[in-house]
Amino acid sequence: MADKESGRARGGRRPSGALLGVLPFFVYVTIFLIVPTLIVVIGAFFSQGSFSMVNIKALGESAVKTALWQSVILSLVTAVLGAVIGAVLAYAVSTAREGGIVKRFVTSLCGVLAQFGGVALAFAFMATFIGSGILAGLSSESGGLWLYAWNKGLILVYLYFQIPLMLIVFLPAVEGLRPQWREATETLGGSTFTYWRKVAGPILLPSFIGALLLLFTNAFSAYATAKALISQGTPLLPLGIDGALSSEVVLGQQDVAKAMALEMMVVVAVVMTIYTILDKRASRWLVK
Amino acid sequence: MFRAPTRRTALVAAASVAAALGVAACSAPSSSSTSTSTSGGGANAASATSAQALGGMDALVAAAKKEGALNVIALPPDWANYGEAITAFGAKYGIKVTSAQPDASSADEIAAATRLKGQPTAPDVFDVSQTVADANKATFAPYQVATWSTIPADRKDSTGVWVNDYAGYMSVGYDSAKVPAPTSVADLLKPAYKGKVALNGDPTKAGAAFAGVQMVSLAEGGTAADISKGVDFFKNLKKAGNFLPVDPTPATIQSGQTPVVFDWAYNNAPISTKLTTWKTWIPDNAILAAYYVQAINKDAPHPAAARLWEEFLFSDEGQNYWLKGAAFPVRYDAMKAAGTLDATALKSLPAVTGTPVTPTDADNTTAKDYLTKNWANAVG
Repeated sequence: MADKESGRARGGRRPSGALLGVLPFFVYVTIFLIVPTLIVVIGAFFSQGSFSMVNIKALGESAVKTALWQSVILSLVTAVLGAVIGAVLAYAVSTAREGGIVKRFVTSLCGVLAQFGGVALAFAFMATFIGSGILAGLSSESGGLWLYAWNKGLILVYLYFQIPLMLIVFLPAVEGLRPQWREATETLGGSTFTYWRKVAGPILLPSFIGALLLLFTNAFSAYATAKALISQGTPLLPLGIDGALSSEVVLGQQDVAKAMALEMMVVVAVVMTIYTILDKRASRWLVK
Repeated sequence: MFRAPTRRTALVAAASVAAALGVAACSAPSSSSTSTSTSGGGANAASATSAQALGGMDALVAAAKKEGALNVIALPPDWANYGEAITAFGAKYGIKVTSAQPDASSADEIAAATRLKGQPTAPDVFDVSQTVADANKATFAPYQVATWSTIPADRKDSTGVWVNDYAGYMSVGYDSAKVPAPTSVADLLKPAYKGKVALNGDPTKAGAAFAGVQMVSLAEGGTAADISKGVDFFKNLKKAGNFLPVDPTPATIQSGQTPVVFDWAYNNAPISTKLTTWKTWIPDNAILAAYYVQAINKDAPHPAAARLWEEFLFSDEGQNYWLKGAAFPVRYDAMKAAGTLDATALKSLPAVTGTPVTPTDADNTTAKDYLTKNWANAVG
């Protein structure tokens, strides 16, 4: 192993101890990431035990294509909205007094809300907007059905954890902005716009794009929240995978589920590639 | 059976860990080496095709008691009165019944049996839809209960690999305090039902919802095979804003969240004991009946208890538990002739006037093809 050599050369640490330290990590990653990934990727190309493209072909079904498209739209919309709103909030919080009650309250609140999801979150929204909920009056016209639509209710529900998540991951970046930079801009005759356009914007852009990507994948892979809210029509890809695995009406689709999972991996890979390119361009001027 | 799934992921994880730990570690207990009391000449419960083969009912009971446990799967306690039947069985024989994943689907049952093969937690018996049963005959052990001859011939596999247990009529349950009584399925398109009509699951996944669409198809002039009229109906229901895309459960019904529900009569009817304004209605022009299937896991960790459970379910006592849950037990005719039907339980069976339609395999296949292509677009 090359690491072993360089490790000894640079740090002079004993290689055996160092390797032992990362061993649990590699075992963990192998069991919970590499093996399942291989099962999915290989399984996608097998049907009834023999090599076949039939699962990949099934991805061309209009229902699957629609689910993919809607998953991407939902993830993109909630990521962009979440990122923009979360970024503004993060800036607002960063200007609050260091160690003050507002800052501590908002950051710890967001820490909780960013992890709030699944059935509990879905239930919170149902309890609020449906039946005898306190905001049920707002949706009595439509009977609250908008809540169960992927392009209405689900966006609102996803934003509920996307915005706090953005605040948490973006806050350190905004806090890295020095007041001196602004003063320097002003000293040199720049306006507020110039400061954001030429100084703060470029500094924050790489972090912003990174956070955007995180939000996208967060929404793209979310399952439990959608499952708890939507029980008809399989509008999203993760729900499609669930249906293919457990349908008691249409049998033998387990391999198609793997193909759908592979499709999701491809989407994330594409997004990651775009991110890498954008990040390179955005942080061109940074000394790394 | 299929209710809103909740703990599937946990099971999958547990199952894969169990599998990784070594499937070969344990195997189904064999009674042949220890069966000193049985007179069947070393008969093995795991291969017994009837109580006789084991040396009679007493020997079966003794063997089952010795195992002391039974694993059932995907049996919601409020589904066809399963809760009461399970409790009664456990009390009668002193056998501990573990009911895993009550909300799982029929397909999940088979998947669990495959994953947990050789483990003591694997399901012993199945209650699955006919489709799933037909596709998985190889995982079942043939067994004929003592009352076998009183089960109609077209309701069982001749070798005893599977047997129909109870049938349900597809029905519309509604809360008479919240909505007017429907007189035809088309009534549900009226504004009085705005945002109130729910289907028990997604028909591309859940058998009950699938039958619901077939029933609507019959009511709208289609057939069980050509369900385009059923899908169109739900499309219009959605367009009218009446379709409520919520998975109904007894809880959502009692809280008033789902005032109109398409579901099996044996799921709808028992709710009226908790919600007195809840009515079960079966449209005269659309009586759709479907049987569920009992089968024994051929790798059952408790083979004797599994067989005793079947004997229990197909005894007069077991059949009456289903009847009490508004399901139509498979031995209904024989029991009616013998006068062993529970008269009180009989009243819970919803009244139907007309000839029930029982979809065939071919009907279901045609309907499924259409549904998978068109359902998402109709309600999405």
